[in-house]
Amino acid sequence: MWIRSTLAYRVSFAMTVFGTLLVTGLDFVAILLMFSQVDVLGGYTLPEVAFLYGLSATAFGIADLTIGSAGRLGSRVRDGTLDTLLVRPAPVLAQVAADRFALRRLGRITQGALVLGWSLVALDIDWTPGRVLMVPVTLLCGGAIFSAVFVAGAAFQFVAQDASEVQSAFTYGGQTLLQYPPTVFGRELVRGVTFVFPVAFVNWVPASYVLGRPYPLGLPRWAAFTSPLVALACCALAGLAWRTGLRSYRSTGS
Amino acid sequence: MGSARLYAAVASGGFRRYATYRVATAAGVFTNTVFGLILVYTYLALWDERPHLGGYDQAQAVSFVWLGQALYATLAIQGGGFETELMERIRTGDVAIDLYRPVDLQLWWLAHDLGRALFQLVGRGVIPFAFGALVFPTALPDDPVTWLAFLVAVVLAMIVSFGIRFLVALSGFWLLDGTGALQAMVVTGIFCSGMTLPLNAFPGPLGEVVRALPWAAQLQMPADLLMGETGPLSAFAFQAVWAVALLAAGRLLQGAATRRVVVQGG
Repeated sequence: MWIRSTLAYRVSFAMTVFGTLLVTGLDFVAILLMFSQVDVLGGYTLPEVAFLYGLSATAFGIADLTIGSAGRLGSRVRDGTLDTLLVRPAPVLAQVAADRFALRRLGRITQGALVLGWSLVALDIDWTPGRVLMVPVTLLCGGAIFSAVFVAGAAFQFVAQDASEVQSAFTYGGQTLLQYPPTVFGRELVRGVTFVFPVAFVNWVPASYVLGRPYPLGLPRWAAFTSPLVALACCALAGLAWRTGLRSYRSTGS
Repeated sequence: MGSARLYAAVASGGFRRYATYRVATAAGVFTNTVFGLILVYTYLALWDERPHLGGYDQAQAVSFVWLGQALYATLAIQGGGFETELMERIRTGDVAIDLYRPVDLQLWWLAHDLGRALFQLVGRGVIPFAFGALVFPTALPDDPVTWLAFLVAVVLAMIVSFGIRFLVALSGFWLLDGTGALQAMVVTGIFCSGMTLPLNAFPGPLGEVVRALPWAAQLQMPADLLMGETGPLSAFAFQAVWAVALLAAGRLLQGAATRRVVVQGG
């Protein structure tokens, strides 16, 4: 329904997709500006950073397209319209995800994929079957990890209500973080996003395998193949958080 | 004198209104701190590679990041002030009632927005900035006169920011659906105000252009003033010229829009 309603205004739709493309493309422009002044950043060249960027932006785009609407849960809790979803005979999470499903978010995926595509052309990689396979697997797992973050954030909003900005810190913040090489950041921060809030598995760890770079924190070589497990664990935890949140939900009654 | 009291009351109303969102304010503080951390590390890597990029040393680059995070909500760099509300009122026609009132539309919203900005500065700006200054080496002056001049520059920046957003909001009279205009504002806001990279680090002619645009009056000027990169008089002059130009343009557009509303019959 939301897709049809969006497509009803073709020009407006095209404009918003283009606009999203532009807005999300800006952070890559910022990276390009940085590289207009330097040759390497944290020891990584522009195509390598573009590879990291493309992986994380596309994975984030996938998550944002499928479940990004969950960010609006807080306002539904505040104004009491969540009750409408509760009485319908469909899973609440599915309804929340489909709520105002915004096809314009295709702009984000397109932009990420373009940068990723360019980096694959520009990079000089010795492609083995393992490395080739790693790219799509990483995108899917990254999308799943980011989706889990979105769901967990939505669950948190059952409690916090108008703290959607905290969620942005983890979703958009996480994505911004992953656009840069892990060598840029302090060791404690890298440790945190590897073991506590494991977004490092969205791109840093698998990309190190593809690029043939030393792993962050000196992780073992097989760590690159654990992304699906990490993604699974994240989704399970997020699902648990969601159920707990939903159970604790009390309607405002308005 | 009576009208000055009125606008002061409107401003304090704006301040109090945003002060009621306590959880949202705390959440904003957290978010700005996280983004500040991420940016600081990337800037440190960049300035490691190119010391004195844009005439800044590392401590100045770090200070710039935290100033940006502190002023992000204050200057509504990506929006989030009164503009969506005014646009909605224009779309629904409620603005006709506002125009009927014996107060000026532009001054009313300016007062309201200054109140909001002041709250955001205190509520959302101080903590991330203090955190950044305590944890990272920064280049901040000890001399109170410079801090005073900095605060003046921040107020001028608030007015410039209002001027831009008022024009964007008024575009609603012609466009009706403001989504596109708001999106354009987000793009220019992040890019041209130096939130992604200090404007003095922009290369070549692109740098010269962005440094002359009104967005440079928002973050770049107060930051340069605080860190002694520019004198107060030239900074104030640059900001004031843009503030006057934007407010005058807003006034003209408001006049034209008002006549339009009457024709449509509200």
